Amino acid sequence: MSDQQTAPPAAGQLTPSQTVGPFLAIGLPWPDGPQVAGPDAEGAITISGRVLDGTGEPVPDALVETWQAAPDGSFAHPDDPRGGEDPAFRGFGRCPTDAGGRYQISTVRPGALPGPDGRMAAPHIDVSVFARGLLDRVVTRIYFGDEAEANAADPVLSSISDEGRRRTLVATAEGDRPGRFRFDIRLQGSGETVFFDV
Amino acid sequence: MTTEMPAAAGPLALPFYPRPDGVHPPLDSPEYRSSLLRAPKWPPVLLPQGLTEITGPLLGAERVTAADADLTTRHAGEPLGERIIVTGRVLDSGGRPVPGTLIEIWQANASGRYAHPVDDHPAPLDPNFDGAGRCMTDSSGRYRFITIKPGAYPWKNHLNGWRPAHIHFSLFGRAFTQRLVTQMYFPGDPLFRQDPIFNSIPDPRARERLIARFDLEVTQPDWALGYQWDIVLRGSEATAFEREDEH
Repeated sequence: MSDQQTAPPAAGQLTPSQTVGPFLAIGLPWPDGPQVAGPDAEGAITISGRVLDGTGEPVPDALVETWQAAPDGSFAHPDDPRGGEDPAFRGFGRCPTDAGGRYQISTVRPGALPGPDGRMAAPHIDVSVFARGLLDRVVTRIYFGDEAEANAADPVLSSISDEGRRRTLVATAEGDRPGRFRFDIRLQGSGETVFFDV
Repeated sequence: MTTEMPAAAGPLALPFYPRPDGVHPPLDSPEYRSSLLRAPKWPPVLLPQGLTEITGPLLGAERVTAADADLTTRHAGEPLGERIIVTGRVLDSGGRPVPGTLIEIWQANASGRYAHPVDDHPAPLDPNFDGAGRCMTDSSGRYRFITIKPGAYPWKNHLNGWRPAHIHFSLFGRAFTQRLVTQMYFPGDPLFRQDPIFNSIPDPRARERLIARFDLEVTQPDWALGYQWDIVLRGSEATAFEREDEH
């Protein structure tokens, strides 16, 4: 019977995305998800903010995931041709939003690193946002507001000509609290965050 | 604090992951009402793939035990419902297996009720079923879960709306570009036709790829029905070196 054969899918037949739905909290949060690095690590920072919908209301059932380089700009991954190997640094964070749409990631500041064209990329963190209502993840980037010079030279950030749009990608340092940054994610509407096609 | 910018060292030879044009549902899918206030209105900005995108977290083994792949043995008693085995391979679009990657699943119980405070469907909770599972793919990219078949359930998207039975799947692959969250469905479900989430995928053939296949070979006599479902993540080409056209 043909429907019992195991045939591999033809090349290129990608599996489509579907929404995480409203119950992702059953399967995805990890107790240590928001702690990419401990508070005593050198260069420790905290990034917090809210995920907001098109009316500015908080999104209480989203998941924010982060992926970043180590403080020296390397990745503990075989496809980093510079041979970055610090398996002790997880680089990955994951935090569900609370009833107020808030998330928080504790990590260390990533280093600058070469971009795909060889120009230097400013320190950044890649972000995936999942939520009910999103049929696929949306991807954005966190840059750091106190890295003005590096940000100005960053090929991705500087390619976004509208200053207001560009600003949505920059986490603002909370003045009186060193190492604390604020990064809100507006899915839609006024001040909509820049999202990327990766 | 500012970071010193070292001198640029010339283009890097990195793998490149072609973009999956037309496969995924458009974010703006008004039939799915939850998307109305959450889908971005601006078109996404093309991001040249760099080191951050072609790498990704290679983790999971340290947070998964063998017991996590069996959702039927984690409580004092056995869950109610139809015991099933769900297995398959994780491949990339070049047909290469993706070994050692974390898969996380979550689902409703046999009555169509999630063990979640927000779920108000008047169907019984099952004290012997929490609906969460995890496993790592083996060296050939294969995964295997034992669970119970989830029930269909109503939702308020449209009048008399019901979700087809499904299991949520989350996958990492090996790169940020490969991250995927999706849903696996069951063959012959009469609810597909009216489901705006399933039908948000533009290509009907791509929709079909979310439907598992009943498999008598996987089925264990006198014990559990078997389903096969392969998952295909984006694959990479050898290098992006001097692929300026893609940037």
